[in-house]
Order: sequence, then structure tokens, then C-alpha cells
Amino acid sequence: MKTEAEKIAPTATNINFKSEEYFVNMGPQHPATHGVLRLLLTIDGEIIKKVEPDLGYIHRSIEKMCERNSYQQIVHLTDRMDYLSSHINNEAVCLTVEKALQLEVPDRVKVIRTIIGELTRIASHCLWWGVMGMDVGALTTYFYGFRDREMINDIFEETCGARLTMNYNIPGGLMWDIHPNFVKRTKEFVAHFKTKIPEYDRLLTGNIIFQKRMKGVGILSKEDAISFGASGPVARGSGYSCDVRKHHPYSALDKVTFNEALKTEGDSLARYQVRIQEMWESLSIIEQLIDNIPEGDYKVATNTVIKLPKGEYYQKVETARGELGVYIVSTGTKNPYRVKFRSPGFSNISLLNHIAVGGKIGDLVATMATLDIVVPDIDR
Amino acid sequence: MTKSIHQWLLSFMSETATSITEMVLIALVYLAIFAVAGLYLVLLERRVAAWFQLRIGPNRVGFQGLLQTMADALKLVSKELTGTDRADKFLYNLAPYFVIISALMALSVFPFTQELQAFDINIGIFFLIAISSIGVIGILLGGWSSNNKFSLIGAMRSGVQTISYELSVGLSLLTMILLTSSLQLSEIVEVQKNGWLIVQGHIPAIIAFMIYMIAGTAETNRAPFDMVEAESELGAGFHTEYSGMKFAYFFLAEFINMFIISAIATTVFFGAWLSPFGITESIPWLGVFWFLGKTLLLVLLMMWFRWTFPRLRVDQLLTLEWKYLLPINLVNIVLMALIVWLNLTIQL
Amino acid sequence: MNNNELQELIGSWFPNPEVTIASVVVEENQESSDLSTEKNVEKITAKEGINPSLLSFTEEDSEFLTILVKPEHLHSLMKQLKNNPKTQFDYLYCLTGMDWGKELGVVYHLESTVYRHQLVVKVNTEDRENPVFDSVCDIWKTAEFHEREVFDFFGIKFNNHPNLKYLFLTEEWEGYPLRKDYVDEVNMVIK
Repeated sequence: MKTEAEKIAPTATNINFKSEEYFVNMGPQHPATHGVLRLLLTIDGEIIKKVEPDLGYIHRSIEKMCERNSYQQIVHLTDRMDYLSSHINNEAVCLTVEKALQLEVPDRVKVIRTIIGELTRIASHCLWWGVMGMDVGALTTYFYGFRDREMINDIFEETCGARLTMNYNIPGGLMWDIHPNFVKRTKEFVAHFKTKIPEYDRLLTGNIIFQKRMKGVGILSKEDAISFGASGPVARGSGYSCDVRKHHPYSALDKVTFNEALKTEGDSLARYQVRIQEMWESLSIIEQLIDNIPEGDYKVATNTVIKLPKGEYYQKVETARGELGVYIVSTGTKNPYRVKFRSPGFSNISLLNHIAVGGKIGDLVATMATLDIVVPDIDR
Repeated sequence: MTKSIHQWLLSFMSETATSITEMVLIALVYLAIFAVAGLYLVLLERRVAAWFQLRIGPNRVGFQGLLQTMADALKLVSKELTGTDRADKFLYNLAPYFVIISALMALSVFPFTQELQAFDINIGIFFLIAISSIGVIGILLGGWSSNNKFSLIGAMRSGVQTISYELSVGLSLLTMILLTSSLQLSEIVEVQKNGWLIVQGHIPAIIAFMIYMIAGTAETNRAPFDMVEAESELGAGFHTEYSGMKFAYFFLAEFINMFIISAIATTVFFGAWLSPFGITESIPWLGVFWFLGKTLLLVLLMMWFRWTFPRLRVDQLLTLEWKYLLPINLVNIVLMALIVWLNLTIQL
Repeated sequence: MNNNELQELIGSWFPNPEVTIASVVVEENQESSDLSTEKNVEKITAKEGINPSLLSFTEEDSEFLTILVKPEHLHSLMKQLKNNPKTQFDYLYCLTGMDWGKELGVVYHLESTVYRHQLVVKVNTEDRENPVFDSVCDIWKTAEFHEREVFDFFGIKFNNHPNLKYLFLTEEWEGYPLRKDYVDEVNMVIK
């Protein structure tokens, strides 16, 4: 076995290493990498010369595990990918299976899925906002973000018993009907949160130091965003309209009107503003749907053993981080032949080197925060 | 009281031995008081932070958590001292003492009341500025000798930062010296009997105060200038590799330094132990209360900074100092000189 | 552009004439960006214009039009798909490694951000010992990481990849975990 130092050493000689440059091993335990992401930085003084992500510290091979599980079981594995948008991950698998079975779920299910999906998005963005502040040194934002996220988690807990890894979707519908309090509490939250986003702006967005840290840093052009396969707020901050909810609407998203948050600057501030804007849009989507949840069944019966017809199925959804694709190849048995999750974080992390080079260490941390990475989502 | 002790000691000791004993006694008293005061500043910071962050903060150990930091200190004392392999052991162990000793030394010159002042040297302000820049040597040593790149980056940042902001601290205090025409702290207080200097010097004094607070925050390496620790960038910066009591020294020194910066501001701008409008002039010992009250208010201000602002980037930090604070400061000195020359000060 | 039109257009890049030497195809590609409209018209008339030995189309079992291409023509086809003004598949949103049992392969999911049409390209090889495809990193930058992932889990190598080394796995790792014949008695639960 080679020691850690020896493993790094050959990498150092591979790149053109100048004598002023040195290596810093950022992570896998580092406050700014939000989990077990390891970055190999080549630095000249404070200036980043190269960022090389080293992944796999939390790789559980979910794709391989899927190959021996039934379709109902797969849903629960996807919680553990992007745990901040677990509901949307579940929904993606369920939609794929339903698409393959050509199963039309009741309208009630579609609307509830969409509402909870948007709540999940807000919860995820709340957490991101809090952590974003921490990464640029404003420690208080964390608690403000969590205060509001907590309300959403309470709503989830009441309805499905879980706060984070929800498992609320099953192929064919939902596991249970919503809790009687769901509508009331969601409305309370929407009213509450409308007063809180301006508070976020007052605390962080308008701050001159924050603006200076964000503006013109980590610039990603639209062409590069597309070429790097970026999606979600990262791509929309660069002006690439890629909202799956707009272009390939699923569940009840074709029934609502909302604007796609788009910015053309492509810098960290643009990505930040896109997410803040998205919270407003999600609130608007929830408001449009919450009063008109159709009556009806909360699921349609499926066979206990689901067998997808032979073929290939692809479904994309918009998680809080971007486009999640589920690609299932079935041979007609009760297990999928191959499952591939196209995770938004994996594509987004690949452009880190491109946008961080030339900046300072502080810029790298701030830029990484605007990418909003969740490491289990990258590693799967 | 000091006189009676002095007499009692003289009764069985020689002159020299007496003064040495006295010095040691005073040093011990100061050490004990400020070690505890530092701990309570930590507690205050935690409670203030909790207040800003919609939390409750420590409230279990002792009444309202008053013993919390005592317990923490006990824990830190009992912890194992770890260090990195191939660290420069001598410098590594020396660093925390530099930091804590320079912080404690500065405390000795503050006039808490008219009587309670350990040393009243005639270069008081100069001494304070000089002492407060020694601390950075400790930080540099700590970062350099830790054999950790994050520590090293932190230490280098610290060096750059302290050297730059030292200028602003010095110059903004110099502005005020123009009014007092003395470096001795007791005389500076004496001058303020005609009105606190921030009132006497009005506009340039307020500018000087603002610059002083910004530069002072940077000097103590606190947010938004906590480039040196920058936990989201460097882990913990220069003290990453320190543990137990050595870490506690760094930690405590930060809080004592914050107290010092506020205390200097109190002395130079806000009339030290003088009560507002002389309302308690007849009771001199209340001076301690006024001095500490004003200092704590300024400490609160610094905590407010910390829990509200994001951190600057290292180049922005230098831009702020060299392109903005320093030129403003120089102009401000000229302005103050003009005001003193033309006798435009406000005398109450 | 709907699937039929796409099929005809792409088919026209790989005409049937009996001379099926790779160099002809490459040449064809370079020209066709200029001449594509003209050629298109010609080839529509001859429906069986495409050369089945180079690539084949299918819409079976999938919602997308799927192209199966021979490894040696992968790169030229991809380049054409990206650069041709009529297709402009500039968004590679999914790159999947596949173990089909006998064959190993890669599946590319493409989308055009201009026309919003989608396409799937598949490439397979029977060489399980030393599977090699051309890298598409120079066409879509996202492929760099995705191809490294495929290299990790399927052992498929990519020519001209700038930095082909393990991304997820440690350097000492033996075997290719996502292949169907991978065995790990300790860590895998087999039902």
C-alpha cells in the first residue's frame, strides 16, 4: 500500500509544476467541501492554478445495487443520493416506472407530488442559503435558513413520517394520503416565508462585502455551461434556459404558470440570485396548487411484482440542484438490467476547475458554495 | 490600600525586595482577573451570538450558563496536547506564549479609575501600539512551525494583515494625540475632563474613531477580517494544529485583544473612567464601572460585526487598507491639525 | 425536427455507395456541413441511402430515436451531430456505460438546446479485454468526467482522453464493479 503522500507525489510531477507552486489537499474533511469531497489544489501563493476533484469517498454504487432490487425498492435508494431533494429523486424513479408501465396516476397524486416537490426545493435552497453565508464568513445566515427549513420538515414529518429521506412516492402514487393539517400548515408556511425572503436579502444579498465577494467571480459562459452539461441554477445563472419543469413538464407542472429564473451574468452572484428567485417561483407554484388539490385516490393499484416491458426508459426531473435523469434498461424481468442516474452534481462539479482557476482560495470556496454540491449526489 | 500593603511589606523587607514583591503581586492579581474576564468574554460572545442567531446559547452550567466557560477551560486544561509530526517543536511551543503574554502586558497600562492603574508610563499609547503588534509574531511562529499548509497560509495572511492595519491603528490614534499633546494615558484622561475627545475633536475625531474600529477589528483578526482563521477556507488557520491549553491561549488572547482594542478606544475617545456629564464625579470608584461599561459596549459592537458581516477576501482586505483607510487617515490628521491650530475644538 | 427527419438527415451523412472506406466518410463529414441541404434532398429520394454496416436506426423499445454506430465512426458522427447547423446536439446530458452481457458499450443521450430535439447514440464493442472507444471530450467538455466514470466501472478506455485515470475508485482497485461478471464476495449481496 502506498501512503497518502506517495499517492499525491506522482500527480505533482504529472502537471507542469513550477517552483512557486504547491499542493494543498482540501478535504475530504474540510468545512467548505460540504461532505467528503476531496480537492487537490495547486496553488501559487493564494492563487488557484488547478483544482482536481477526487471523488468516491462516499460512493455506494447505488446503480449496481439497483440491478438486484425490485422497482419499489429502487425508490428508497434514491433518497440517499441527493438527500436534500429526496422527494424529487423518488418522484423521478416513480415517473420512469409509470412511464414504462403506461400508468396514468390520478390528478390528486400529481398535484401533491408537485407541491411537496416545490417545498423540497425551498427547503434545499434554505439550507444552501444558510451554508452559502457560512462559506463567505457570515455565520448567522445558517440559523435563519434552518429556522425556515424546519417548518417545511415539520410539514413533511406530519404527512409522511420522515423529515429528510421521505420515501413518500411509490410507483403508482403515494404511500399515504396527505395529513389533514397539510394544506393549513403549508399555507401558513407560504405566508411566513414570504416575509422571510426579504429578510434574507437584507441580511446577506445587499451586504456590500458579500456583493464584492460574489460579483464577477467564477464566471461561467453560456457556451461552457452547455458544454459542461451544467444544469439547474448553475446553468440558469449563465443564461442557459434548462428548467426541466418548463421544457419537459412532469406531474402537475404543466398546469401552473411560473417564470424560469434566468440571469445572464454567469458569475457567482447570478447563481445566487437565481436560487433566491427560484424560492419565489416555488412559492407561487405552491400557491396556485394548494387550494385546488383534486379529490380522488392517492394511488393506483400496481402488481405486487412490477415487471417493466423490455426497453429503455429515460425520465428527467428538476431537482433543487438541476437535472436528474433516470435511465432504466429493462429486459422484462422484475429487476432492472441497468439503472443510470444522471446526477446534476456530477456534471456541475466537473466545471469547478474551469471557473475557479485564477481566483483566490476564498473565491474557490465562495464559487463552490454557489454550485451547491451535495457529495452523495455526485458519488451515488 | 496599596500604601498600607507597601508599609507592611517594608516592615520586614528591603526596598528592592518590596518593589519586586509588589510587582509580582500586582501581576498575579491582573493575571487572575483577566484570565477570568477573558473567559467571561467568551461566554458573552456565545450568548451574543446566540441572540443574533435565534438561539438560546449556553444556559445549563451554573446560573444562566455562567460557569460554562469555566467548565470549558477545565476541559481544555485536561486535554492531551497533540501536535504534528516534524513540526518545529521549539517554535511551535513558543508561539502561544508570545500571543498571550503580549495580550496581558498591554492590560497593565489602562486607567480603570483615577487610582487603579498599574503603570502610568509617559509613552502609554506608544507602548500599547508596540505591544499589540508583538502578538502577530506568535501567530506567524505558530503557523510556520505547525508543518501544515493551511496554517502557513493563515500565518502569512496574518502577517500581511497586521502590518497593514497597524498603520491605521497608529495613525488614527495619532490624530487624537494632536488634541491631547501627550502620550501618557492619565494625561489623556485629564484632558477629557473638558469633554470626551470624540466630542472635542468632533468631525475628524469621529472619522478617526471609525477608522480605528475597523482597523482594530482587523488587528484582532476577527470577522469580517478573520482571514487568518477563515474556518470555511483554511479549517482553523494558524492554530489548526494546536490543542488543549495551547489552543486555549490563542483563543483567550483573541478575546483579551478585543478587550484591549475596545479599552484603548474607551480611553482615547470616550473619556476612560470619566462619567458622562460628570454625574458621578463625587464617587471616584464608580470609574471602574464606567470604564468597563464603555468598553463592553464597544466589545458588543465588535461582536455585532462578527455575527453580521461576511468575510472579505484577502486582496480586498489590502485594498481597503491601502487605498481607502490610509489616505483618509492622512487627510484626517491634517484636518485635525487645522482644527487644533485654529482652535475649533469643542470645549465643554 | 422530428425523428423521421433526423433519421433521414443523419443517414445522408453515411451514404450507401459500395466504397465504404473510413476516409470517405470523414471526407463526407467535412463537406456535408456546407452541402448538407443539397445532399439531404438527394438522399431523401433514396430511402435506403444509409449504409447499414456503418450505423443503424431504431425507435424500438425507446422514446428516442436511437443510432447504433460502429466504434470507428463514433467520433466523426458525434462531431457532425454537434456542429451541423441542422442538428446542433450541443448538450450531452447523459453518458452511460453498459454491459450488454456479450458486448460492452456506451450510450450517449444528446439534446439540442436550439431545437430541443433529442437523440440517443449507442456504440458497442465485443472486445471485453481491451475495449476502446474514441473520446468525445473535445466535443462536449462534460464527457471528461463521465468517461472517467465509465472507465472506473466498466474498464472502457477512451482514446485521446486528457486525464484518463480512476475517478471514484482507488488506484489499487481490481476489476470493474459495474460489469455483470464482477464478483466481490465480501461486499456484494447476491440474491
